[in-house]
Amino acid sequence: MITTVIITLIKILVLLLILLTGFAYLTYMERKLLGRFHVRLGPNRAGPFGLLQPIADAVKAIFKEEVVPGHIKDKFIYLLAPVLTMITPLIAFAVIPIAPDITIGGYTLHFYIANVNIAILYIVAVTSFAAYGVILGGWSSYNNYGLLGALRTASQMISYELPMGILIVSIVLATNIGVGEGTMSLVDIIERPRPWWLWVWLFLAFIPFFITMLAENNRSPFDLPETENELIAGYQIEYGGMKFAMYMMGEYLSMIVSAAVMVTIFFGGWKGPLAVPGTWYGVLFGFGWFVIKVIAILFIYIWVRASVPRIRYDQLLAFNWKVLFPLSLVYMAITAVMVAVV
Amino acid sequence: MAIDYLPILILIIVAFLFAAFILGLTWVLGPKRPNKAKDEPIESGMIPFTSPRQRFSVQYYMVAMMFILFDVEVIFLYPWAVKMGQLKWFGIAEMAVFLLILVIGFFFVWKKGAFEWD
Repeated sequence: MITTVIITLIKILVLLLILLTGFAYLTYMERKLLGRFHVRLGPNRAGPFGLLQPIADAVKAIFKEEVVPGHIKDKFIYLLAPVLTMITPLIAFAVIPIAPDITIGGYTLHFYIANVNIAILYIVAVTSFAAYGVILGGWSSYNNYGLLGALRTASQMISYELPMGILIVSIVLATNIGVGEGTMSLVDIIERPRPWWLWVWLFLAFIPFFITMLAENNRSPFDLPETENELIAGYQIEYGGMKFAMYMMGEYLSMIVSAAVMVTIFFGGWKGPLAVPGTWYGVLFGFGWFVIKVIAILFIYIWVRASVPRIRYDQLLAFNWKVLFPLSLVYMAITAVMVAVV
Repeated sequence: MAIDYLPILILIIVAFLFAAFILGLTWVLGPKRPNKAKDEPIESGMIPFTSPRQRFSVQYYMVAMMFILFDVEVIFLYPWAVKMGQLKWFGIAEMAVFLLILVIGFFFVWKKGAFEWD
């Protein structure tokens, strides 16, 4: 019991370290890549190739003044909102396995924090808490722009949760194939055997799933909350200094978590050549494959941001309700028939 | 098992503590120079003349209601999806009846114009 708690604490600290480094260098990667897409250099002053830029940004955010504007009455909710946005992706990461298991001296070390049998439902539940961060922040800011931005973002996030949920149900359905029993645990989803045609069929779901994830994370072309020219910064308008940095952290961490979820359910997670469970090099290669796959998906996020213009708000919701939602229902129905036939 | 969730509880506590720590850190390290302009809502330099506590478009309520209806539907799908390997065609028939009713409602609100924004 006590050993479990201590090992869990160590795992949590390592996970926090990995995720925060990931967040810092994701901002660097985004700025560098956007620079290249725009045919310029991107950050290159702080350290070699600008590699120390994220550290400079963090130091700057820490030494900023903490302003709580006087017109805000609900100071507690105002401070709680960015905290909620930031910690939900951290909490959601608990159930994602990042490397195969290894046994050292009779103790089996798992590279996830918890293996609950409803892992994927847990992720859906926890990440939807991010909508609270948005709506509470916009509401307690007591600002017209903030309120409008929060309403828009909340509508967008809850709308796109529907096709996301239905596509995840299709994944759970697909885990029945060849086994006769479905699973929602991400650890089991990775280990379930998949025939080649199932990989192809599930890859079809990856495209709409990726689109819903863009909307869930408020990424371009669905970055309606941050329409600078209409709403200045939407729900983040009254936030400065570290609180703003926490909103940013929440956004980038959710990108990492979404990419990790997509890697786990569509691309086999840590699986890859030489990633053999139970060996020390298997752990290293497994973790390496996982990171490479996550970075590849994050690259697509940034690529989309550099290429696609922002869409209008009515188009955003119409696209979700009239295209994605019926499409995902049809996809799920076909998957169900496949499960019944095979 | 409830014990499976203990690490998640620890993680939630650690995450909250971490967030409080960085907020507190910048509170301690940052300068404190309050002035009148910092106490006003940001509205591109103007003093706002409307309160942000007004009525807003009913469309947001429509979206929220649609979401609740169909999200409850999605929650019903999860246990069905896990047991589908045993249910086979029986499961498909049952779920077809359930979904048919919801899809009829979905097309009804669609034709009523719930997804049109003006």
